[in-house]
Amino acid sequence: MVADSLVAVTIRSLVLIIVLLTVFAYLMLFERKFLGWFHLRLGPNRTGPWGLAQPIADGVKMIFKEDIIPRDADRFIFKLAPVISLFVAFAAFAVIPVGPPLKIGNWTVPLSIADPNAGVLVLLAFTSLGVYGIALGGWASQSKYSLLGALRSTAQMISYELTMGMSLVGVILLAGSLRLSDIVTAQESLWFIVRQPVGFILFFISVVAEVNRVPFDLPEAETELVAGYHTEYSGMRFAMFAIAEYVNMITVSSLVTLLYLGGWRGPAFLPPVVWFLLKVSFFVFLFIWMRATLPRLRYDRLMAFGWKVMLPVAFLNLVATAAWVAFR
Amino acid sequence: MATRSPEYFTHQGYEVLETLDGDRMILSVGPHHPSTHGVLRLILELEGETVVRCTPEIGFLHTGIEKTAENLTWQQAITVIDRMDYLSPLSNNLGYVLAVEKLLGLEVPPRAVTVRLLLAELMRIASHLVWLGTTGLDLGVQSMIMYAFDLREGILDMFEEVSGARMNPSYFRVGGLAADLTPEFERMLRDWLQRFPKRYEELRALMEENPIFLDRVRGVGAISQEDAIAWGLTGPNLRATGVSYDVRKAFPYMGYETYDFEVPVGTAGDTYDRYMVRVLEMWESYKLVQQALERLPDGPWQTDDRKIVRPPKHEVRESMEQLIHHFKIVSYGFDVPAGEVYVPIESPRGEFGVYLVSNGTNKPWRVRVRPPSFYNVMAIPKMLEGNLIADLVSVVATVDPVFGEVDR
Repeated sequence: MVADSLVAVTIRSLVLIIVLLTVFAYLMLFERKFLGWFHLRLGPNRTGPWGLAQPIADGVKMIFKEDIIPRDADRFIFKLAPVISLFVAFAAFAVIPVGPPLKIGNWTVPLSIADPNAGVLVLLAFTSLGVYGIALGGWASQSKYSLLGALRSTAQMISYELTMGMSLVGVILLAGSLRLSDIVTAQESLWFIVRQPVGFILFFISVVAEVNRVPFDLPEAETELVAGYHTEYSGMRFAMFAIAEYVNMITVSSLVTLLYLGGWRGPAFLPPVVWFLLKVSFFVFLFIWMRATLPRLRYDRLMAFGWKVMLPVAFLNLVATAAWVAFR
Repeated sequence: MATRSPEYFTHQGYEVLETLDGDRMILSVGPHHPSTHGVLRLILELEGETVVRCTPEIGFLHTGIEKTAENLTWQQAITVIDRMDYLSPLSNNLGYVLAVEKLLGLEVPPRAVTVRLLLAELMRIASHLVWLGTTGLDLGVQSMIMYAFDLREGILDMFEEVSGARMNPSYFRVGGLAADLTPEFERMLRDWLQRFPKRYEELRALMEENPIFLDRVRGVGAISQEDAIAWGLTGPNLRATGVSYDVRKAFPYMGYETYDFEVPVGTAGDTYDRYMVRVLEMWESYKLVQQALERLPDGPWQTDDRKIVRPPKHEVRESMEQLIHHFKIVSYGFDVPAGEVYVPIESPRGEFGVYLVSNGTNKPWRVRVRPPSFYNVMAIPKMLEGNLIADLVSVVATVDPVFGEVDR
């Protein structure tokens, strides 16, 4: 009954990539619009009505830009790094279900490419791989700014991943499964944000650090390191890093939604997928809001915060949850 | 890594780096870098992310303003003097015209004096707003620059209203002003004064109520009182260390002694104190503008010395002597008695001093400016060394250098 043949998976993957790219393009537009409004500006409004053709213009520009590779760069790794970033970003999204399986006639179409029984682990694995793109890109550029950006990024992502994993375990203990759709099902009566408030806060802070957004955007700290790890990148390769960053943003927003906000669950007057999109949009908006408002943390403070505050609290949270699950 | 050899740097004249050991890295920041506020170049010697040594290099914006001014008549030189500290051109104007008037022994009418004070204080607020915005931007508060510039926009509109120019008004002239204030100006100013306090509180809240911001500025980039004085710091950078030296109080000009205002001082001389001093100064300037507006006298807005300023048109039409004055002033300018003079004023960045030498002709023989930013920039290594590279931005931002002025 489940048509999970190779053909079906390929079709779903293609659809996912196209959808993600479109969402990325318009997310970029909306981010610029929202930032504009936060800044008392208009935002892009010249290309097309309400600036709607702006993503196309951006894309065309990026493709036609000269592709510059620094003379001293390690050419192979330099070209490989953005590919890693982009691949990992898309691959991570593969296990995210955006709604319950869709029934069309007697076909059942699952709304994710795969729903493995270790979905959370797959996600963690892929998001951890993302650091390679950044570290290698920064290293291969042979620029000091890129190098510093890459070093910072590596340190930051590794330290915050720990907290992220720790806070995740709380949810997994409560749900009793690593499969994302099971976790959503487990939130039928009560969202995990209510039962795991500390875990939610920890998780959200660490994913912000994980995707390098303000106030944790140190790897690309514009005013210190020019553009951090992608200083030397131009044209489409630069765009690949940008796409990866935004897709990661969508991924982690979806993850927060799935783990803590009941995924696609919501009152029945809207279809589940719409609920899911609304919740994800809320978190994406939160990312943009923070970007407009918050200053950047200093590197040493960031590390200290990660190791001395976030990690111990995450441990405590985990122990408390485990005790509750064991003795209830 | 394509590192340049130490010889490269020594060749360029930096006394860096024969001692450069393997763990250290030379990072050249600027002249094109997002946070160097123009064209400052800093050569940093890094150990990890810690700045071990910092060598500022200036001169990328040298425009020869002083020399150019020596080839213009006394009145014409105002327009180039304007362009030194491009964020507070009226302060440059003011220092220069006060110096020329001192050489001439000229008294300007009270209305002109009050208008000058009022606009100079508005200029101070505008300049500090740019500083606040760029500081916010440098630390990552993106919205700050737009909010601050929005407020500054109102001030620039007023300058445009009175002088026709927004950035370089050249509005103060030897002998008074370029033109009288317009009635519209007063309305705009009152509007703006009404708008300011609320926005000011909001801007401060956006910065000061944010723990991340406080964490980044407290105890960073401190300089001691002795060092600050030894390096010749003036203005907010000096006052942040606790030295209450403000030219407006120490050597009052334009009747500052008759106004009611405070000079905010800090204690630690760190980034946070420099921030607070400037922010509080904006409020004092706001008070000064209000007072000046209240006591703005009627009457002439330029001297009636017909050898210095052009006679009014109707007199030129009726009187041969006035016509001659008009022709003489337009074609030749005026002679200034031989002598030399140094006049300091308090610009938004510190003591802005103008040293003029006249040999009795219609052009200055020597114009020399003491730009506060120059001294402030030279103290950056003192504040930065031993701190992290991330502190570079907060230190440079709160020193608030303007390179038009540093390089002249």
